[in-house]
Amino acid sequence: MEYLIGIQGPDFVLVAADNVAASSIIQMKHDYDKMFKLSEKILLLCVGEAGDTVQFAEYIQKNVQLYKMRNGYELSPAAAANFTRKNLADYLRSRTPYHVNLLLAGYDEADGPGLYYMDYLSALAKAPFAAHGYGAFLTLSILDRYYRPGDSAISITRLNKRFILNLPSFTVRLIDKDGIHDMEKLPIGPK
Amino acid sequence: MYFGMNEHIMKQVGIRGKDIVVLGVEKKSVAKLQEERTVRKICALDEHVCMAFAGLTADARIVINRARVECQSHRLTVEDPVTVEYITRYIATLKQRYTQSNGRRPFGISALIVGFDYDGTPRLYQTDPSGTYHAWKANAIGRSAKTVREFLEKNYTDESIASDKDAIKLAIKALLEVVQSGGKNIELAVIRRNQPLKILESKEIETLVAEIEKEKEEEAEKKKQKKSS
Repeated sequence: MEYLIGIQGPDFVLVAADNVAASSIIQMKHDYDKMFKLSEKILLLCVGEAGDTVQFAEYIQKNVQLYKMRNGYELSPAAAANFTRKNLADYLRSRTPYHVNLLLAGYDEADGPGLYYMDYLSALAKAPFAAHGYGAFLTLSILDRYYRPGDSAISITRLNKRFILNLPSFTVRLIDKDGIHDMEKLPIGPK
Repeated sequence: MYFGMNEHIMKQVGIRGKDIVVLGVEKKSVAKLQEERTVRKICALDEHVCMAFAGLTADARIVINRARVECQSHRLTVEDPVTVEYITRYIATLKQRYTQSNGRRPFGISALIVGFDYDGTPRLYQTDPSGTYHAWKANAIGRSAKTVREFLEKNYTDESIASDKDAIKLAIKALLEVVQSGGKNIELAVIRRNQPLKILESKEIETLVAEIEKEKEEEAEKKKQKKSS
């Protein structure tokens, strides 16, 4: 089952997604990247119905780029999140709804880091931490118990390693004022 | 119908270098009370392509918007950035459609489109209101375009565009042939391979203009000395 997590720190957002692309009981890929770069400082993490995920995420991605070309500056994370939500909501009550669950993470010059939780019913919530998938049941309780707003990046990465389920590895990325940074791919080992 | 239009159009120059493409435009001097937030005649269509237009600014806005959407649409369907030729052909086709359907008038703009293809080749294209387009190594449109083109034909050599700076200087020299009052009325944009569009600040332009004038003086001095000896 697919898994996404995002945690907001004092001046960064840390996000991770699993790397499995499955087709019923078969793992087709174990190195699949579920993050879409919307702009220099915004990432969209997308899971859900096969095909819908890439189709929707790429559509949002290109529209965010178009905004940049037309206006000379990039959409803010809050604006991008609301734009995404509006699109999802418009399609929801059409004949072709998108069944996707999203996390949007970004860094704004003025407002700082931001993490937005969105589900397939087009609910949008700005949250200090969020997760999607079966793994969310387990990790949200851990985060509820231990999350402190001032946490440093290192302690948060360690928290990631507690997530179980049969997911062999995760892609982890950090967004701060300098942009998007790849962190080491986390394999789940004995701990 | 379109040949007479040239005289009203602001001067523009495009140069295709080896690792750089340069667009230079004559800036219209603004009224005293008008804010100089530059009326940009040079616009980015995508990260690797940009265009300078001359003619009816309002018409240009429409064309540029359609081109920008097409650039992203191309990326979405084909997962590759547009080639400069592709987007030029798109713009030219758009213009041509308006010359042949009823109830519509043609777009009153000529455009110079520059950029780098995905494989790193620099390109320069020119379109006009009829919808034709051609590739150029260096070109000028607008007032006195003929004079400038002749200047470029003489001075565009492999040497003269050897470095990025040389290509930029050549564009400025070409513009200075016809632009009155020098550096203040020039707007310059460059794209280097794998880098986004950069619009030069007026300070940079003035430094380069000063260099060019110095070189001219030195040339003139040398000639004098040769004559006297």
